[in-house]
Amino acid sequence: MSTRRVNWYKYAAPANFYPLAGKMIPFFTVVTVLLFIIGLYVGFFVAPTDFQQGESYRIIFIHVPAAWMGMFLYVLMAVYAGLGWAFNARLGSMMATAISTTGAVFTFISLVTGSLWGKPAWGVYWVWDARMTSTLILMFLYIGFISLQASIDDPRRADRAGAVLALVGLINVPIIYFSVQWWNTLHQGATFTARSFKMAPSMLWAMLILLAACWMYSIAVVLVRVRCIIREREREAPWLAEAVA
Amino acid sequence: MHWSSLSDFIRMGGYGFYIWGSYGVTFVLLSGEVLMLLKRRRAVARIVPEPKVETRSAKFETAMASDKL
Repeated sequence: MSTRRVNWYKYAAPANFYPLAGKMIPFFTVVTVLLFIIGLYVGFFVAPTDFQQGESYRIIFIHVPAAWMGMFLYVLMAVYAGLGWAFNARLGSMMATAISTTGAVFTFISLVTGSLWGKPAWGVYWVWDARMTSTLILMFLYIGFISLQASIDDPRRADRAGAVLALVGLINVPIIYFSVQWWNTLHQGATFTARSFKMAPSMLWAMLILLAACWMYSIAVVLVRVRCIIREREREAPWLAEAVA
Repeated sequence: MHWSSLSDFIRMGGYGFYIWGSYGVTFVLLSGEVLMLLKRRRAVARIVPEPKVETRSAKFETAMASDKL
């Protein structure tokens, strides 16, 4: 009996990754829809009214997951861009490009929902507070990455330029994360702390389920997009050209 | 259930604008992203049709499964 080892390098080749990604998309799509339905149900029909903020706090069910996704996806994008650059693995660079759009969308959602929460809570839509300013910089980093890549014709040169920008910009992520501790900010502290969960369990669940929904959404969308990028860029490659013919 | 009626649900204790604004923006942006992506996929499919022939790796998988290797 032969022990079968999984060869991870195999899936670094676009020709092998393309069909694998295709098989995974339906699963992530279904799970995304289910989790959004469950999360929204818990958020609006199970979670109680907050005794301090009234109903307005229900914005955090989408605001916090969106803000986290903006940061997570940036780190993921930078790691993929770095791998694509360091090991000359073009699939890594394609993944980074595929992630950038979704990361920008979530960062934008976190900024908009944050200001819609800020108005009733603080009386203003926007202040130049450390966390909000650093999140705005994150948005500009995504826009910079996307427009830099769009401005360079040669894909591999665009990949390298994007990787440099993504890796330098990585310094902003811990700044966002720790901003509420390092500076006196108007923005409230971390929603989760190791010692105390200040929220009712159903509030926490609504947020965690919607976070999972956002993750599944991101995976599904990124896989569809990376398959588009593979087909656009590899159309001359033998595996695609043969398959097409 | 803490909503006595549909209008109560829509009012959201006076925060309806902010709450539905937040969820509305999220819905519009995420579904917009999906629609644009599907449009892109159709555009790509016109230039490079979906590979239909079994790729070499798929043949390899089949061979592995049937113990021919």
